Amino acid sequence: MKFPFAELVHLDNLWFQVTGTLCNLSCTHCFNRSGPQARSFGFLTLAQVQEELETAVRAGVKEIFFTGGEPFLHPQLPEMLELSLAVAPTTVLTNGMLISNRLADRMAEMERKARYSLEIRVSLDGWTEASNDALRGRGVFKQVLAAIERLCQRGLLPLVTVVRTWDEGEDQAALEGFGSVLKAAGYARPRIKLLPALPLGRELERSPQAGAESSLLSEEMLEGFDRDLLMCSNSRLVTDRGVWVCPLLVEIPAARLGARLQDAAPTYELKHPACMSCYHYGTICGNVSALIEGPAELKRP
Amino acid sequence: MTRLALLGGIYSNYRALETALRQIEQRGADGIYCLGDLGAFGPYPDRVYPLLRSRGVECIQGNYDNSLAGGLADCQCGYTDPRDNYFARLSYAYTFENTSVENKAWLASLPMTRRLEVEGWRILLCHGSPRKLNEFLWESTSSDAFLEYLLRLADADIVAVTHTGIKWHRRLSAGRQFINVGVLGRPENNGLTHVVYAELSLERDAAKVEFVPVEYDFRALAADMAEEKLPPEFIETILTGWWTTCLEILPHKERAHGRF
Ligand code: SF4
Ligand SMILES: [Fe+2]
Repeated sequence: MKFPFAELVHLDNLWFQVTGTLCNLSCTHCFNRSGPQARSFGFLTLAQVQEELETAVRAGVKEIFFTGGEPFLHPQLPEMLELSLAVAPTTVLTNGMLISNRLADRMAEMERKARYSLEIRVSLDGWTEASNDALRGRGVFKQVLAAIERLCQRGLLPLVTVVRTWDEGEDQAALEGFGSVLKAAGYARPRIKLLPALPLGRELERSPQAGAESSLLSEEMLEGFDRDLLMCSNSRLVTDRGVWVCPLLVEIPAARLGARLQDAAPTYELKHPACMSCYHYGTICGNVSALIEGPAELKRP
Repeated sequence: MTRLALLGGIYSNYRALETALRQIEQRGADGIYCLGDLGAFGPYPDRVYPLLRSRGVECIQGNYDNSLAGGLADCQCGYTDPRDNYFARLSYAYTFENTSVENKAWLASLPMTRRLEVEGWRILLCHGSPRKLNEFLWESTSSDAFLEYLLRLADADIVAVTHTGIKWHRRLSAGRQFINVGVLGRPENNGLTHVVYAELSLERDAAKVEFVPVEYDFRALAADMAEEKLPPEFIETILTGWWTTCLEILPHKERAHGRF
């Protein structure tokens, strides 16, 4: 079978896989199988981050993202965020478990000083303790809500990131559920980003039909399609093992494009089922707090 | 010296447009340009067209104009949140119904961008960004590096855009500049009821940007909107200066500065 290719049109978004896939949690639906035992990647050093930031700035990068694993397991993450914020808007994707008062203070401070936005994306996958903790682990719900409260008290408005583990028809009810639990935790105007579950990693083991059902992309499907919606046409991911086409495919060795940004291959063959998710849902990894596709007929909110 | 008045989205706010055009006449301008989104949000969409045409305002298409002209199903505003989309659909349906066939045809005749050469400055006027009609260029999410890239892409010394609804101005390398001219359509989420446009003053070796506040009869506009049964949420924004909708597209800094 012949698959379509995606070409890097411009490096809008640079991602850092800053702690590899090492994480202090091991959520049952994690798309890159992060966890306490995940050692296929190492940590990025501050020097590596700085060097690739410089390359990206020369290329005209728009935004920087830090992900993992859990990025805050890296002892130098705050320094990295400061370096990054000095040159571009910066986002960190976290499970929220390590956000202490001290760390929240530091982030509020760096946000105040920066010209650019600092986005803190905190994961929460259920609006009840039982439903969240079944996916993310025991005790996580309470601890994460406490972290969100700490951020809000300091004027930060975290983007609460939720993976849809229910039917699309229940989105409205789910958003209401998350909204009210966040308000009760002191988040007066909650920002929520809803993501589809991806046919990757442990999610594929949790619901194998996701992989079976999703077919693969073909050249015909991409005819007339806005390829800007695929991250591979505007993003790259830096790991300690080299540069990957996008954060979704970090577990796929064939998605490695080179050692460093400046010599990474400019095109990639879209031959993975996850590519279908990008095709369906558009820029799923971006920051716009979003429902993936608004239902056609909406009740008055 | 050459002085240009650059108007952002009008969103059917014919009252603010009238006031702005009077101000421009008093201050004097060598050209008046509008960067698109003539309709949306406000009342009586057809009222802005005679004003623009009689004063010779040179317009380009915004996403809204492009949709109205092409009879598209939605406004291409680029929202993704269901609440934002609910309101976007509502105002698009109203604006579509109340824009005459002649005015839609006129929108279709407008160019997507305009290039000017003034006092040696190469200027590009566009709606969202030089590369996309509905790209949001916010102050807090547009890195210097990225804006330099867009200037290179546009092959220009000065690029002016609108679309987001909040003004800003950045000086870059070699005297080049990027301007988001703001909008005349609604206040910019700062608790103040006035709206703005940008005045660009050009000399051979200097380009100066000034944002001119437009104090118009916003209470009369609110009354018009109530008469047309437009959503109370929209009217609240006109009366208070705080956005109540389209909030989910705001980056952290811009969102934190607002009330909602
Ligand atoms: S998963 Fe998405 S972003 Fe990654 S290569 Fe496939 S289409 Fe591109
Ligand atoms: Fe627009």
